[in-house]
Amino acid sequence: MSPNITLVVVSGVLVAAGVSLLLERTLTRVLVGITLLSNGVNVLFLVASGPPGGAPIVGRTPIGEMSDPLPQAMVLTAIVITLGMVAFVLALSYRSWQLNGHDEVQDDVEDRRIVRRADRDQASASYDDESRDDGTTAGERTGPGRAGRSAASAGDPDAPPLADALRPDDSEAVGG
Amino acid sequence: MLALLTAHVVAALLAVPLVRWLDRRGFLVLALVPLATAVWAALQGPAVLAGRGPEQVVRWVPSLGAELAFRTDTLSWVLTLVVGGVGTLVFVYCGSYFHARDPGTARFAAVLTAFAGAMTALVLTDDLVVLYTAWELTTVFSYLLIGYDSAKKSARRAATMALVVTTAGGLAMLVGVVVLGQAAGTYRVSELLAAFPTGTAASVAVVLVLAGAVSKSALVPLHFWLPAAMAAPTPVSAYLHAAAMVKAGVYLVARFAPAAADLPAWQAVVLTLGLATMVHGGYRSLRQHDLKLLLAHGTVSQLGFMVVLVGAGTRAAMLAGTAQLIAHALFKASLFLVVGAIDHQAGTRDLRTLSGLGRRMPVLAVVGTVSAASMAGVPIAFGFVAKEAAYEAFLHDRPWVLAVLVAGSVLTAAYSARFVWGAFARKAGVPDTAAAAPSAGLLVPPLLLAAASVALGPLAGWVDVPAAQVAELNAGLATDDDAELVHLALWHGFTVVLLLTALTLGVAAGMFALRRPVARLQARLAVDVDAARGYRRAVRAVDRVAVEVTGATQRGSLPLYLATILLVVVAVPGGALLLTRPWPADVVWADDVGQVLVGAVVVAAAVLAVRARRRLRAVVLAGVTGYGITVLFVLHGAPDLALTQALVETITLVVFVLALRRLPPYFSSRPLLAVRWVRVGIGVAVGLTTSAFALVASGARVAVPTSVDLPQWAYDYGGGANVVNVTLVDARAWDTMGEISVLLVAATGVASLVFRRRTGAVDRAGDAVLRAPVPERSPARSTRWLPAESTVAPERRSVVFEVATRLTFHAVVVLSIYLVFAGHNSPGGGFAGGLVAGLALVVRYLAGGRYEFNAAVPISAGWLLGTGLFLSAGTGLLGILLGVDVLQTAIVEQDVPLLGHVKLVTSLFFDVGVWMLVVGLVVDVIRSLGAEIDRQIEDADEPDAADHDADDLDDLDEDEEVAAARDARARHEQEVGSP
Repeated sequence: MSPNITLVVVSGVLVAAGVSLLLERTLTRVLVGITLLSNGVNVLFLVASGPPGGAPIVGRTPIGEMSDPLPQAMVLTAIVITLGMVAFVLALSYRSWQLNGHDEVQDDVEDRRIVRRADRDQASASYDDESRDDGTTAGERTGPGRAGRSAASAGDPDAPPLADALRPDDSEAVGG
Repeated sequence: MLALLTAHVVAALLAVPLVRWLDRRGFLVLALVPLATAVWAALQGPAVLAGRGPEQVVRWVPSLGAELAFRTDTLSWVLTLVVGGVGTLVFVYCGSYFHARDPGTARFAAVLTAFAGAMTALVLTDDLVVLYTAWELTTVFSYLLIGYDSAKKSARRAATMALVVTTAGGLAMLVGVVVLGQAAGTYRVSELLAAFPTGTAASVAVVLVLAGAVSKSALVPLHFWLPAAMAAPTPVSAYLHAAAMVKAGVYLVARFAPAAADLPAWQAVVLTLGLATMVHGGYRSLRQHDLKLLLAHGTVSQLGFMVVLVGAGTRAAMLAGTAQLIAHALFKASLFLVVGAIDHQAGTRDLRTLSGLGRRMPVLAVVGTVSAASMAGVPIAFGFVAKEAAYEAFLHDRPWVLAVLVAGSVLTAAYSARFVWGAFARKAGVPDTAAAAPSAGLLVPPLLLAAASVALGPLAGWVDVPAAQVAELNAGLATDDDAELVHLALWHGFTVVLLLTALTLGVAAGMFALRRPVARLQARLAVDVDAARGYRRAVRAVDRVAVEVTGATQRGSLPLYLATILLVVVAVPGGALLLTRPWPADVVWADDVGQVLVGAVVVAAAVLAVRARRRLRAVVLAGVTGYGITVLFVLHGAPDLALTQALVETITLVVFVLALRRLPPYFSSRPLLAVRWVRVGIGVAVGLTTSAFALVASGARVAVPTSVDLPQWAYDYGGGANVVNVTLVDARAWDTMGEISVLLVAATGVASLVFRRRTGAVDRAGDAVLRAPVPERSPARSTRWLPAESTVAPERRSVVFEVATRLTFHAVVVLSIYLVFAGHNSPGGGFAGGLVAGLALVVRYLAGGRYEFNAAVPISAGWLLGTGLFLSAGTGLLGILLGVDVLQTAIVEQDVPLLGHVKLVTSLFFDVGVWMLVVGLVVDVIRSLGAEIDRQIEDADEPDAADHDADDLDDLDEDEEVAAARDARARHEQEVGSP
């Protein structure tokens, strides 16, 4: 089977554009990236389905001249699913805007905290250090965790270089 | 036997209401269950001793070979008696031990009963898997019982430690059990032992099983959990940590010894660890000040002793081991209960502060002294008989073992004396402890146990019958010397063994007399080696490794994760492509000119979308690529795809605009130039990789597509001409079902993200007329084009739009229904039809606002979504009724009067379900991202109006919540602030 170069190029450009946007931190851009990516993959199905033909409807097109119906069935549901996904991510970015005043994807606070613990060679927060205290009351270790949350989300001085590079430089200025 | 276990389960379930109702007296009722076990075992005695013990096999899952097999031989009979008998007395004791109306008692009673059941199952089962399950159940219940006082950190730590250590051993044992079961081809214990596998694998498996026994029976080096477990209430210590659970390890060793004791690995593990444990425990016991800890270390020592006896592999040692097992259960349970009574009455267990209790509690003192005497091996107690048998067993066999046993027994006798002195003696310089004599409930159980300890000495012949039977299991082992068995008896004459006993007691008496110098020596010899510290270091090391691994892999940055995944795609499969270069021989540049032109537009739009800085611009450009692809679909010969894509693209655009109207028009940040190029670079690399794969994959395809017969099948079996749609609702119906479920979840997610109020009610136009600042209608206009048009602000209204909506709405809805019904034979179907109906509703919303929309759809989106999924799933089940597979199409053809010949395809209903679900999705999205955001905008514009609006219950709720939170915070601060 001979692949169609035009379709291959269209699909490749769509995927490339989609991935570049997918790696952004703005949710709207990520979402546009996802739609481009999914369009690109749908074209990929066209490439895979072989040469064009008539509509796959028995009685209108002779069976030998039809385009391949199987990839089409797969693409059809994918198109509708993308609609659901777009709506969901849009609602997410709207919610994010409502809560934070922007729609940036922030680093996961818990993950950052664990990274910092690893950098400082500490044990996990839930580790029960018996050598340090012998108190008899239970479960009041909330204080530092709560206080640390806002500090960690505002910007982490210990962040590694690559994660820093992928983080928008002025997110604090916008966040509020 | 199954009935007994069922009784335990039922009793455990009923324990909570029972104890709530009767309070601590409920324990007396629950005591009936272990009593039943003991009575049942006693009644089975003659049959068991005659070698006809009851057996029961319940085939549970025959295809997996899973069965519940139970079998009572003499060994398990002895243990059943111990578990049931001591259990009964412990339950009776609990009835007095706990304080009345203690809220934790009910749960405790349930867990203790369940534990008794698990322990009974453990000793009665004949199936390795059931044995392992019961084993782990006892671990879990022990965890819950040790952590009874869950407010205490020390109790939680002790419980966790016991759980971790014994479960680790249990897991090793599981591996051993599986290896043995697979090697022998059976998981039936009796069959496995009869034909025990040989070879290296079997030896390794035996050592793994022993690891389980070592952890459970608290042998060195895993002994440290048992003293820590003394955080449990004393009845638990008496039952689990003296009579029952820790004996499970001894039982396991005794069970496997007749088959495995002549393996060198077995001998090494059992003798080394057992003897080391015996000496270590006794030595540590002498240093304790807490009576309970003294007993705990003593228990560790005794467990080592018993493991050596039952694991040594001779009949004489097994005889002594069985006797010692019974003796230990009697005296150690009794001693723990005595300590519990002292603690209960005096409020302390510290032997440095207790003084003169012997005078105040004479009966308890006698009970404690008699039991301690049995522990020390003083004639005529049963402990003496057992110890004599132990010395006898090693008199001619491995004298070094005998030497260590004598040393261990000296320590045992010494700490027994220390116990009696510490608990009951009057000490110089210590004021007498004020304590009342304990009640009968606290006194009778240890009294009975102590009485048994004394009575079984002269009546040793009774124990000899079953013990000798157990000992005979070891007959035929290479380690056994075939000498004639010396039976259990109180008096064997003046023998070497008696001399050794006298020596033991004499040295121990000397040690007790010189207890101060001995204590000073012990303090000087103290080595800073602590197994519990090793455990803590191991736990910390695991924690640290987990933190390092998590910290290294979970960086928390979404772009970083995505970049990693995508780069792996480029590097690994892409790298393989570059290495092999399987490029296709010939390619087609384009199918026609239109394709190239449209492709160019799509490419340009995609590139511009990446560069866009305005939100809307990016969205519109993405839409351009979508419409471009619609054309590509048409050119390719895929009308259904083109139809769906065009509809989805339109709705997507509307939804984007609706959601983005409140967000800032520009993207929030422009990242650094270099980072942008990194992103674009990764994008290009991924694009190139996928393109290369598209080329290679389709170029490599030589076989005839599987879909070549699909059109004919679709027509013959699916009953429709439109192959794509028939595929969706028939051949790939499961897939479609999954995808509409995803749509339902997405729609629900959208609603829950946007709606801040909990109500699902639909705002009606009538409500709006009341609350909205409705502009006065001009009297000249009497025609209403849309029912709720008056709720829209006049500057936003467009009469042309309203009229067009009025004129087209119904036609479009009819079109959408037509698409569903025609979809089987022409382009259309549930997806396309639903999207068309959704578009019609979008237009209603845009023309008339949210009240207009609610007038058009007066039901909740959830109803549509749910009914749609129900219809689709229901159609699938309909197939079963009509005699075909789930979701398979059934074709019903019939001549109906008036209508003529009607051909009904069941998948049509499936498609109607899809239609409803897609409409529901659009309704949900419009109601959330459209109507609800409208409402929030209105509220934001008039903050004062919202406050005074009595209709707006939502805001009222929020205010109440805020006020409640404020009050709670104030209260909390007050509590914290006040001393």
